[in-house]
Amino acid sequence: MKSGEKNVVIGYFFISVALVLVLGMATSWVDRKVTALVQARVGPPWYQPVADIAKLLGKEMLVPESARAMGFALAPVIGFAAACMAGAILVGMLITGEEFAGDLMVLVYLLAVPSVALIIGACASGNPLSVVGASREMKMLLAYELPMLIVLVTTVFRAGGDFRITRLVSYQQTEGWMLLSASGAIGFFVALLSVHAKLGLVPFDAPEAEQEIMGGVLAEYSGPALALFRITKMMLLCMLPVLLGVLFLGGFRMRGWGILWSVLKYLGVVVPLVLIRNTNPRLRVDQITRFFWGPMTVLALAGLVLAALGL
Amino acid sequence: MMKPSLWGLKKSPWVYHVALSPCNNCDIEILDVLTPRFDVERFGIKLVGTPRHADALLVTGSINRHVLPRFVELYRQTAKPCVVFAVGSCALSSTMFRDSYNVVGPLDKVMKEIDPNAIVAYVPGCPPKPEAIIAGVVKALKAL
Repeated sequence: MKSGEKNVVIGYFFISVALVLVLGMATSWVDRKVTALVQARVGPPWYQPVADIAKLLGKEMLVPESARAMGFALAPVIGFAAACMAGAILVGMLITGEEFAGDLMVLVYLLAVPSVALIIGACASGNPLSVVGASREMKMLLAYELPMLIVLVTTVFRAGGDFRITRLVSYQQTEGWMLLSASGAIGFFVALLSVHAKLGLVPFDAPEAEQEIMGGVLAEYSGPALALFRITKMMLLCMLPVLLGVLFLGGFRMRGWGILWSVLKYLGVVVPLVLIRNTNPRLRVDQITRFFWGPMTVLALAGLVLAALGL
Repeated sequence: MMKPSLWGLKKSPWVYHVALSPCNNCDIEILDVLTPRFDVERFGIKLVGTPRHADALLVTGSINRHVLPRFVELYRQTAKPCVVFAVGSCALSSTMFRDSYNVVGPLDKVMKEIDPNAIVAYVPGCPPKPEAIIAGVVKALKAL
């Protein structure tokens, strides 16, 4: 690679990460504001996520005596790095239209890494409550990935068996949204709930349950490390709805009226997530696992069969 | 120009609720503050589950010998900079319990022994109204 090309690639990387970060912060504000409106209150000002992060970055980082300092300090960096890579692949691709074989699979792997980083950090922190949270996070990861992957296979199957994001988008441009077919609608429903669990929002927030295990996986984290975990979560909060939009709602076109249409699609995924989060109580981790390996997997498989029948 | 971290601290103080042998009236008022009616998320105030995440410790109660070591450890576990709030008359002055054999004294005396540079703010009342607690937090943050 020539040095000029290298600079362009690095430039795209930073632009995509910055874009994902800004969008993620905005989305987390939308999340908190809609939550406030649901509870009939005013809610935080628009700069709240920025203030949270600025404050956390300025605080001291404490490492507990019982912690393994190396794993404890590295885990948030690993999670953040994976989120940055995933953001660069997803958003960079939407902006530039570049592609490589199997980028969807790479994206899925990268999006699983923040959860793994959370597990590493929690286990290294030496806090029993964190370890309980980590074991729950691990079970949830195993639970929601199964139906999510079946749904991904369904969409790829419909689009002609190519694991490239651009192919999925171009298929939907000619054949109509994936959501509008029977298998696509089922897939969207399953994927929405899986994404909800991946984000750790309320019915599926067993790993972070504040009332029972005191913040669980994040219990021992303070200052910049906590800020990195929260930034990672915000980036996921931006990327996963974008992924759903690409898979089921025909992708995002950033020209002319397409921008408004894209924003509407994006909010159309985010607002249901927020409403689900506000109207459901927390499930136990065994209930979550049963839910995803039972009804959700059956639904996803039904969607796959429908897709095979061409519906 | 204010430092970004200080601006953040003023705009998003996360509170941790520390009950040091209170009679529970102040605790109930603190929980009232956190209900949607008073909506403290307007000021970025949020209740957190662990002292590691906290920027403000809301301390209630006349502190006794039993809870003091726990409080010392809890204060050391809190990420600095942080503000300590004495909520209610007991935390301010130990009121009628000040001569009890088991009471080690008001919060500011205890804090002086733990950390002489700690920032302590006072919210009087028995118990203080939710409005008073919000006003106390806002005034203390202005003074930072």
